Amino acid sequence: MKLNRRSFIKSAAAGSAIAAAGSIFPGISFAGWQKQEDASGNITWQKAPCRFCGTGCGVLVGMSGDRAVAVKGDPNCSVNKGLCCVKGFHSVQALYGKDRLKKAQVRKNGKMVEVPIAEALDVIADKIKETITKHGKDSVAMYGSGQWTIPDGYVASKLFKGCLGTNNVEANARLCMASAVTGFMTSFGIDEPMGCYEDIEHADVFVTWGNNMAEMHPVLFSRMLASRKRKRDVTIIDFATRTTRSSQASDKSILFKPNTDLAVANAICYEIIRNDWVNWDFVKKHTSFHKGKTNIGYGTEDHFSFKDKPEDISFEEYKTFLQDYTPEKVERISGVSAKDIKYLASLYGDPSKKVTSFWCMGMNQHVRGTWINNLVYNIHLLTGKISTPGNSPFSLTGQPSACGTVREVGTLTHKLPYGVVMKEGARKKAEKIWGLPAGSIDPKPTYHTVEMFRALDRGDIRFMWIQVTNPMITMPNLNRYRDGALKEDRFVVVSDVYPTPTTDVADVILPATMWVEQEGMYGNSERRTQHFDRIVPGPGDTMSDTWQIIEVARRLGFEKQFPWGEDEYIGKIWEEYRQFHDNPKHNMAPYEVLKARSGVQWPFVNGKETRWRFNTKHDPACKKGTDFDFYGKKDGKAWIWARPYEPAAESPDQEYNFWLNTGRVIEHWHTGSMTRRVPVLHNAVPEAYVELNPEDASDLGVVNGEKVKIISRRGSVTMKASINGRGVPPRGMVFVPFFDESYKINEVTLDAFCPISKQPDYKKCAVRLEKA
Amino acid sequence: MPILSYLVLPQAGAKEQLCADLAAIEYCEIIPADNEEAVVLVTDTPDEETEKNLQKMLKNLSSLQSISMTFGHNAEL
Repeated sequence: MKLNRRSFIKSAAAGSAIAAAGSIFPGISFAGWQKQEDASGNITWQKAPCRFCGTGCGVLVGMSGDRAVAVKGDPNCSVNKGLCCVKGFHSVQALYGKDRLKKAQVRKNGKMVEVPIAEALDVIADKIKETITKHGKDSVAMYGSGQWTIPDGYVASKLFKGCLGTNNVEANARLCMASAVTGFMTSFGIDEPMGCYEDIEHADVFVTWGNNMAEMHPVLFSRMLASRKRKRDVTIIDFATRTTRSSQASDKSILFKPNTDLAVANAICYEIIRNDWVNWDFVKKHTSFHKGKTNIGYGTEDHFSFKDKPEDISFEEYKTFLQDYTPEKVERISGVSAKDIKYLASLYGDPSKKVTSFWCMGMNQHVRGTWINNLVYNIHLLTGKISTPGNSPFSLTGQPSACGTVREVGTLTHKLPYGVVMKEGARKKAEKIWGLPAGSIDPKPTYHTVEMFRALDRGDIRFMWIQVTNPMITMPNLNRYRDGALKEDRFVVVSDVYPTPTTDVADVILPATMWVEQEGMYGNSERRTQHFDRIVPGPGDTMSDTWQIIEVARRLGFEKQFPWGEDEYIGKIWEEYRQFHDNPKHNMAPYEVLKARSGVQWPFVNGKETRWRFNTKHDPACKKGTDFDFYGKKDGKAWIWARPYEPAAESPDQEYNFWLNTGRVIEHWHTGSMTRRVPVLHNAVPEAYVELNPEDASDLGVVNGEKVKIISRRGSVTMKASINGRGVPPRGMVFVPFFDESYKINEVTLDAFCPISKQPDYKKCAVRLEKA
Repeated sequence: MPILSYLVLPQAGAKEQLCADLAAIEYCEIIPADNEEAVVLVTDTPDEETEKNLQKMLKNLSSLQSISMTFGHNAEL
């Protein structure tokens, strides 16, 4: 059927009005739209999850013939109830950029040459064999993504960890969610949030910890604002290091000095105990107290290693530890007034208020990311405000399948789909399901992401296959890692949809299908798995990332492990993968159920989704006869940790006297490789900029739009100043969004990371400024 | 051949009447919100003259409190 241009324009007109309505009436729903469009007969709508963040909004993709022409929010999806953000509404346009990669390319005599995709796949398989023969199995690596579909990550893990026997599998979620994982594991012994988005409608208080939700999770932010409007006694506190759109919409904005959230969280706990706001019944039955190592380093040197040593402590010892964190002492460290600390504590401590804490990159991209996750859990555990509707410490994810593909499938060096490589039982289970001989999986983890790129630079890794991510923009201390990728005798394969700075360093480029050009599943922040069909054909020779891996695996001789046909492989992979989670703590929905619904939450037990884990009323995995069962830990208790305040890896000094903070803007997804090809989004924010405090700008003699050079010990970038724009940093800090490949701010950032999670800190390093 | 969209707010308690009024006008398609007193209106007129007449009719609706344009397209421009 030919596209009816007029219908398309009318659909865009309606979408524009609906988007405008959404900004005026948060939570507004237009479920009737679908009916009306269907009646026109020109556009048919098919469900999919949005691919532009970890919220997992359900969208309906409007199809005219074999072309996607429109998007609207899916009113049947409980996540967004028909809402969409600006990226979601324009998402299908990202499929149709003019410079879409449609043909495979192989470097021949120094130049990239288009070749049939089968030839490129042959080259990859041959290179893997050759590299392993010359340098050993740990010289080849796969680097994937939280935008991988679940089948993408699953077959990558099966090929590399199972068949090739190397644990060189990592994903860019290491850069965004690893601290959340280690936070969950150390506090609860099991990953992913206990609550769900329904907490938003139940909560009386929201505290957002370093989290600009208005731009990063706009649909959830709208749900918060809608709840406040409806209930009228809802309070939203923005606790952050710079003023943002979230601050403006909140009831109170509290700014803290970088890294001192650790001290403030401890001070809140100090106040909770001092005022006897502790929920003693809950604490005595369901928690235990612990401490770990301190002065744990920052990982800036190659081969850095760290292993924590947890020790039991008593409540009294924990109380003594908190004596260093009185509100008055912490005011001096953090810049947050003692009055505000006490106010925050009173909100958490008030037994009549249900409190939800939200966070994302601010707490996770943090050299003490695991610790700050632990400390926010401490607050909820001391007050018993957890695992009940509205009481929720909630780590939001950045990418559409950071949870589904990276955390659940386990595409990190130490992980398997069930358990970790270090555990014999987990290895045996994987070897059995994968049809591999015992001992195929190596019991030792190899490299986390930063160390993997260091290994590529050193030459310990010689072959790297990169899918669905753009590390030549996103790696911190980028100059080192780009130079490393370009060294002689390194072979880099990149599967992507558009040319990027990462395809620039590739020896083979594979053209990939994107989003609804393939069937797949994502897993969002609230344990919801979302299936999508192949709705539109991919252009040219494009191939799904899953199928690319299957083709290479077969060329390497693993036909038995990858036997599926092209018309069935996603369903078959899902049912194989599901065997890893066949227990009431993690059971996943069957394929047919996923296909039918706009997402299904796990644990999915006896046909029922689990909304609140660890709560016996809601979670069938809990032991009977108790209100809560934190079954991730052997003792059935959640752990409260004594974790101190320690400073950032690099702080401003006389020479480099500003903090550099990096992040995103609502219009652009990550490195902008897709959203910058959507005209509306590109025109809205066509280039990156540096936010300055107006007084700092005045001292520097810079006005809006003038160029500023940002210089660190690692590199420099010159870009336009933004003064009193959408974000305003405090004096002594600048903020730069990282979406623009013309201004590679990660050439300036530092590759320090949390020693437990190995997640880099993109929010804190020292720079100086010059008027350019 | 203009295509325009609007966010339309009814007078207090007059959403149903507003929907009925708009639905009765030629060239108008409406999408009422499920949970708010707001209506999306998409108009698709054949020429400028018809468009002008339509706008006059819209301005005279007693059930309408406010109307804000959110999208405009004219193939002839």
